[in-house]
Amino acid sequence: MKFLPYLLAGLAFGFVMIKSEAASWYRIMEMFYFQSFHMYGIMMSAIATGLSGVLLLKRYGRLLTLDGAAIVIPNKAPGWINYVLGGFIFGLGWGVIGLCPGPIFALVGMGSIGALAALGGALVGTWLYGFVKKRLPH
Amino acid sequence: MDTVLAWLHAPWPWYVSGPLIGLMVPLMLWIGNRSFGISSNLRHMCAMAQPKAIGVDFFQYDWREHSWSLVFALGAVSGGFLAGIVFANPEPIDLSIAALTMFSNWNVPIAGGFLPPVLFDFTWLSVLVMFAGGILVGFGTRYASGCTSGHAITGLSTLQLPSLLAVLGIFAGGLAAAHLVTPHLFSIFW
Repeated sequence: MKFLPYLLAGLAFGFVMIKSEAASWYRIMEMFYFQSFHMYGIMMSAIATGLSGVLLLKRYGRLLTLDGAAIVIPNKAPGWINYVLGGFIFGLGWGVIGLCPGPIFALVGMGSIGALAALGGALVGTWLYGFVKKRLPH
Repeated sequence: MDTVLAWLHAPWPWYVSGPLIGLMVPLMLWIGNRSFGISSNLRHMCAMAQPKAIGVDFFQYDWREHSWSLVFALGAVSGGFLAGIVFANPEPIDLSIAALTMFSNWNVPIAGGFLPPVLFDFTWLSVLVMFAGGILVGFGTRYASGCTSGHAITGLSTLQLPSLLAVLGIFAGGLAAAHLVTPHLFSIFW
């Protein structure tokens, strides 16, 4: 029962991934070729909404959270090499398969064998990172 | 009722879907002080599969503490089923003229609107390309500690410099691959 809110939030997220067409390979290529405002509009309005939502929640949200706890937003660990290099490697994959992790999960739900293969690859890639982590610059 | 159904079947414009995606950040904080992000589930799934006491340090932790996140991912799979199958868009995807021209030049049909049939369906090409690309996505997102949701949405929404660096890296990698690799891939394989 305590997981129900997460199930519903995930459901909404997967639903929007499809309805926004952010899970579309075509939309991602269109974005990387600067042929439409669609994906840029999604990203910018999402960030603007997230930013205002977090500000409001920080100011008024303490009494409103489901468990009554104060809102804590953990800082990302400092550094730059891992963020730039890791992001670049992820981007190389994204620019070919047109799916980032959220859409991979949503398309698996649509019964796409290609997305299932991407999920398998992503698990292997994640494991490979864990295997070589100590030898990588961070 | 018909209007609601039509709206559930139709794709949503960016100014509706973008804010809904952005709402995930305060929503997850509100539900239980969680940072919105999806790619860490790939790590939890590796941790689930790895036997205890042996294997890679990176996966030696109690994944059960992250069950909420795995449940979120399960929700995303169900949401994909609902939006893509039950409430499937009956119309072809409304791409820009420039994009339609480009895909026509690449000989890529628009069928389905999500992945080209050659990548979506069960073909040796889809499994090979999607698996290889998936490896880069999985490796890169863990190396960068996040993907489009955790960095571009959550990280930028909470004004974190590391996330800005990650987003710049992601976009540079995506531009490079989409321009230098993807068109050639289709001309070679198809």
